[in-house]
Amino acid sequence: MPASTYAKTGRTPLREELVENPYLPYPVRIDDIVVESEDRNLKTFKFVFLNPDEEAKFAYKAGQFAELSIAGVGEIPIGIASSPVEKGFIKFTINKAGLVTSHLHNMKVGDIMGVRGPLGNWYPWETLEGKNILIVGGGFAFTTLRSSIIYLLDPANRKKFKNITVVYGARSPGMLLYKDELIAWEKRDDIDMHITVDGTSDPSWKYNVGFVPPITEQKAPQGDADSYAIVCGPPIMIKFTQPVLEKLGYDHDHIILSLENRMKCGIGMCGRCGIGRELVCKDGPVFTLAQINRTPREY
Amino acid sequence: MKVIKIEKSQWSQGLDNLRDAFRLFGPVIEKGFYDYRELAAGQAPDLSFQNTRLSPKSLVFPQSETMLNYSLDPADPERNIMKEAPKDYAPRAVIGLRPCDAKAMVLVKMNFDTEEYQDPYWLNLYNATTFVGLACDAPCGTCFCTSAGCGPYHEEGLDVLLTDRDDHYLAKALTDKGAQLLEKAGWTQAADADTIIEKAKQAAEAKVTSKIETDGLRAADTMALYNAGFWDDVAFACINCGTCTFSCPTCWCFDIQDEAYRTKGVRMRNWDSCMFPIFTVHTTGHNPRDTKTQRVRQRFMHKLKYFVDKYDQGIMCVGCGRCVRQCPVNIDIRKVSALMNALSVQARCAV
Amino acid sequence: MSTYTDKIRETAQRLLKECKVEMVIGFRKGSQPMMNEPCVVRSPEEVDQLIWDSNCGINLANYLTNRKEKIGIVAKGCDSRNIVTHIVENKIAREQLVIIGVPCLGMIDKRKIAAAADGEILSVTEADGQVMVKTAQATQTFAKSDVLQGNCSVCTHRNPVIHDEMIAEPVPEQTDVDPYADVAEIDAMTPEQRHAFFEELLAPCIRCYACRNACPLCYCPTCFVDESKPQWVGKGQDPADVRTFHFLRAYHCAGRCTDCGACQRACPVGINMRLLTKKLNKDCLELYGWEAGLSTETRPALDDYQPNDPENFIH
Repeated sequence: MPASTYAKTGRTPLREELVENPYLPYPVRIDDIVVESEDRNLKTFKFVFLNPDEEAKFAYKAGQFAELSIAGVGEIPIGIASSPVEKGFIKFTINKAGLVTSHLHNMKVGDIMGVRGPLGNWYPWETLEGKNILIVGGGFAFTTLRSSIIYLLDPANRKKFKNITVVYGARSPGMLLYKDELIAWEKRDDIDMHITVDGTSDPSWKYNVGFVPPITEQKAPQGDADSYAIVCGPPIMIKFTQPVLEKLGYDHDHIILSLENRMKCGIGMCGRCGIGRELVCKDGPVFTLAQINRTPREY
Repeated sequence: MKVIKIEKSQWSQGLDNLRDAFRLFGPVIEKGFYDYRELAAGQAPDLSFQNTRLSPKSLVFPQSETMLNYSLDPADPERNIMKEAPKDYAPRAVIGLRPCDAKAMVLVKMNFDTEEYQDPYWLNLYNATTFVGLACDAPCGTCFCTSAGCGPYHEEGLDVLLTDRDDHYLAKALTDKGAQLLEKAGWTQAADADTIIEKAKQAAEAKVTSKIETDGLRAADTMALYNAGFWDDVAFACINCGTCTFSCPTCWCFDIQDEAYRTKGVRMRNWDSCMFPIFTVHTTGHNPRDTKTQRVRQRFMHKLKYFVDKYDQGIMCVGCGRCVRQCPVNIDIRKVSALMNALSVQARCAV
Repeated sequence: MSTYTDKIRETAQRLLKECKVEMVIGFRKGSQPMMNEPCVVRSPEEVDQLIWDSNCGINLANYLTNRKEKIGIVAKGCDSRNIVTHIVENKIAREQLVIIGVPCLGMIDKRKIAAAADGEILSVTEADGQVMVKTAQATQTFAKSDVLQGNCSVCTHRNPVIHDEMIAEPVPEQTDVDPYADVAEIDAMTPEQRHAFFEELLAPCIRCYACRNACPLCYCPTCFVDESKPQWVGKGQDPADVRTFHFLRAYHCAGRCTDCGACQRACPVGINMRLLTKKLNKDCLELYGWEAGLSTETRPALDDYQPNDPENFIH
């Protein structure tokens, strides 16, 4: 019988050969570990792929995440902190919190583990070309924003974008991530940096003191049709930043957020990270506020 | 479409012929309940069932399945590196699948076979399996398949549809796979029985009197349904067990876990349920669906609205009625859908 | 039974009208034969939903955990004992409750009836100790005593042990029953037989946790099976993990279980896990003379030390 006879039954022939197993992590070696914060709860891990061709397969864009995989322990979804323009390694900054991250914090340079990805969507770089970009970040959610800033400042990319403004805050100076880079960016004239801390007793602190939302209100440029805001931080910061951005004139479809939810598969199959019809792992983690407004806020 | 007549006297011989080429699975009765099991040599499926207690989804989506394995032995140069677990994807045939459960496989496939990713475990088992359906001539009182995009003679997802005609079966080959299975069994007697099957189909459909109301759901505003006032009342009785989700042929959610003993470990997946609080809880303790009402709403919104919006292929329910029959506190998807549907009429999208 | 329903509605209406309670927890008619749905009514106009018959087996004490409102609750004997346990364990305050006591003549076992019925059941009605089952083929009549839930047939606390209202005169308690005959049978087995027995008993479990969630005692914010730091038990279908769940859950209920049967009733695959809890109930009775949920004044057996406590089981 010709195959077409069966067209209506829905048992469409499967692809002869399934592509790669999306659950199989690429093996990586821990190449370097940097303690980022004064409470030692944040460490940046630098990984090198054991098989060089897998680094090429792991081609990613700023804003994506990966599942870090430890044999015998489990997996954890983490935003990629390195930037696509950095080659030879990938980096993740990890807050020690649960089972996998606590285990990871006890691992050493040279240890072998796995990375699965890149996963999820990314900040909409195609849309953002030719636009002003305001980046608002708080706490340890600055990781994919670091990836983005490195990407934007790359000589091959910088001219594609208009003004870049960054507001980044942490509880105290010792809790800021990537301090050397922050200071270097602060000195540049092609990026407008506004670093802030909730409070400090350090008399030599020469940057802002205050929460991210009010600092954004004071320092960030007005929004218009040519301007987008990327916001990434703890829920409380996002909550209070939203009205500030509205006041500054950023439309809801010009406010870009990166969401977090409990995840397992990272590829849209296991079902737990759904917010309405959208899956944070696959349809996100990056959404515009306009999109989020149309969906239950179950994150 | 080719129809084969299988005399019941040839039935077990045909099944035996199949055993060379297939592992056979079918309904069997154990302690008063029907479930799908692998059929031992000489064992025939018990086709006198109405429907099985649990759905056959575990045939392609085992409740607990090893995905990857690894060594943790410090002396092993490959330690900590994940390997694909060996699998047996030799051809299988399920004999006696109800059409609702076959349609459910088609819905679940939308989740596991996407443009970007293909789930190898689900798809390889699905691919290895030939589904021989058995039309329902005596549907249960809780069956509402005909209003759930399905029916007692529905062919979607099946390779063969059997109709029981007392002393013989009529077997309609629906795919190449199905035709090959019939041939291998040695069932070759062509029958001109389209009219008989059509009449039996109409008679069976007339027996499905229970309905689910869904006509307004597609056009309804998602947030209006989400914010509806009835969810607390719907959810009050719920004890947040996983019975509805585990017995449902279309529920596909799973958890991934590592289990290690001494120097060996596996990464496995297990069925999971949106009814369980731990399903969504963050490491911080924050839970986006912290309350029972939120979890119950998620189950119904997913099946009756989010899925409808995402795929535009109807609801994520085939009307098998298992959740209705097995819910310990009698939460009934038909009642919930009626509430949602009634609200939908007032809550069309603004656009 | 219809008089029970009338009296429950009347009482609920009065309590709501007089603002004695903010809500009344009871049962409403289910969509399936032999199934009722626990429900809450919050206004006098809604009380007509409430019903009572022999399909009210779910234990309503389960719905009281940590509630803050002033609540009227319909309670048969076992529910009342679990309300007592809830009060003793500080899951609800006595002052929050107006307990509407229902003398109980036992709940019918839908699985027993389904197994005995000739074809699919269309409706089930009851009158005068008889249960009439209508199928497409026939109407069959069973003596209610023959189709009771296992726990109800050996129940010795049918009347509420605590109540503010009673909707009928107390019913006679059963005295000629041996609640632990099935436990004695297992006790008499050799260790090998017992191992095989429990292996078979728990084999069908799908870990949906309906037993745990239907149980009023299982109110832990995070059940041990859901803990990840440390992880006490595997999450798959390994028989060792399945058994660990059931055995540990039973031990968590030691000295607290009222044998209300909610676990067995809720189980979608028909496991009689009551055999586990009943063994512990029997031990508590024999060792400490203790039955759970009879008084708000005494501390539970495992929550209390007496110098003359037996200790010959400690090896």
